[in-house]
Amino acid sequence: MTRNELLDLYFMDARAKLIDLAAFLDRVDRGTGEADFRLAAFREALKNLGGLQPTRARDVLLSLSDPTAEPIEKSPGKGAVGAWRKVESEC
Amino acid sequence: MRYIEPHGHMVSRTTDDYQAMVTAGCAAVCEPAFWAGFDRSGVQGFYDYFCQLTDYEPKRAAKFGLPHYCWLCINPKESEDMKLADEVLSIIPEFLARPNVLGIGEIGLNKNTRNELKILERHVDLAAKHGQMILVHTPHLEDKLKGTRLILDVIKGDQRIAPERVIIDHVEEHTAKMVLDTGMWAGMTLYPESKCTPARAIDILENYGSERIWMNSACDWGISVPLAVPRTILEMRKRGWSAERADAVAFGNPRQFMSQNPRFQI
Repeated sequence: MTRNELLDLYFMDARAKLIDLAAFLDRVDRGTGEADFRLAAFREALKNLGGLQPTRARDVLLSLSDPTAEPIEKSPGKGAVGAWRKVESEC
Repeated sequence: MRYIEPHGHMVSRTTDDYQAMVTAGCAAVCEPAFWAGFDRSGVQGFYDYFCQLTDYEPKRAAKFGLPHYCWLCINPKESEDMKLADEVLSIIPEFLARPNVLGIGEIGLNKNTRNELKILERHVDLAAKHGQMILVHTPHLEDKLKGTRLILDVIKGDQRIAPERVIIDHVEEHTAKMVLDTGMWAGMTLYPESKCTPARAIDILENYGSERIWMNSACDWGISVPLAVPRTILEMRKRGWSAERADAVAFGNPRQFMSQNPRFQI
């Protein structure tokens, strides 16, 4: 497909998601208290959107991933939260 | 349009879902054993679940003209309890001869713990001893990258396992290539909030090719869409894919993989 055909297909959807992201960050800014590690991880991952290669989705996912190699001793719980926190993964 | 739903947790879905799937062109559904949303209290709970997957659920699907197949295991979310896991592993062989069983799955990892890894290795050993195919769940979100690497190491380390008889499910942009490079199959799960959207799944197909890869809804008791596969076929058509090319991925690929087990007759 041409770039313009892809824009025809996805621009409005991507525009809506972009505004949602901006509104999310505004909402968190207006909130009270200290944000946990997820906000910093989110901001770090956002930097990948400015990349020049068509690997941004992969790079965002890598940015939010546990980069360690060793299995952990005990499960901290069943769920995942979407961003890696070094302290948790080292216990 | 026709398609195969290669990963659907139908015990969690309604008869309306069966009707909608068949209406949309579903030709078969395959159900890996998974976590019920709560921990079972003992091995008897798994025995009952395996009876449900191999007896009751295929009959329910048959009421809608839909062939139903399944995979058996204890899922990684309950593998942290190794005593329970070993008890469950011990009852699986008596179910393997049932006519809708395709193999061992969905095994894998959840939080990438040592106990989960040991139970994964025991599942792989069970599959090897009984000549079974394998369907693997990869962990969620931040745990997926590491878990996928650990899982691939375990499977590649067992020379009895033929890679083309293994599917590694729930791949995304950061794990698809490493899976396909091993010669194993890759599965993409189409979820509204996590894993892949239809557009991203098509991106992965366009980037890495359509060989040895399938897509599924993994519909269960959580936020999920039983019609995610046919909706992705519609998205493929918007992206300029021919009907034949979409059919090859949505129908041909899962049929090719699962037909390695002669019980799968579609």
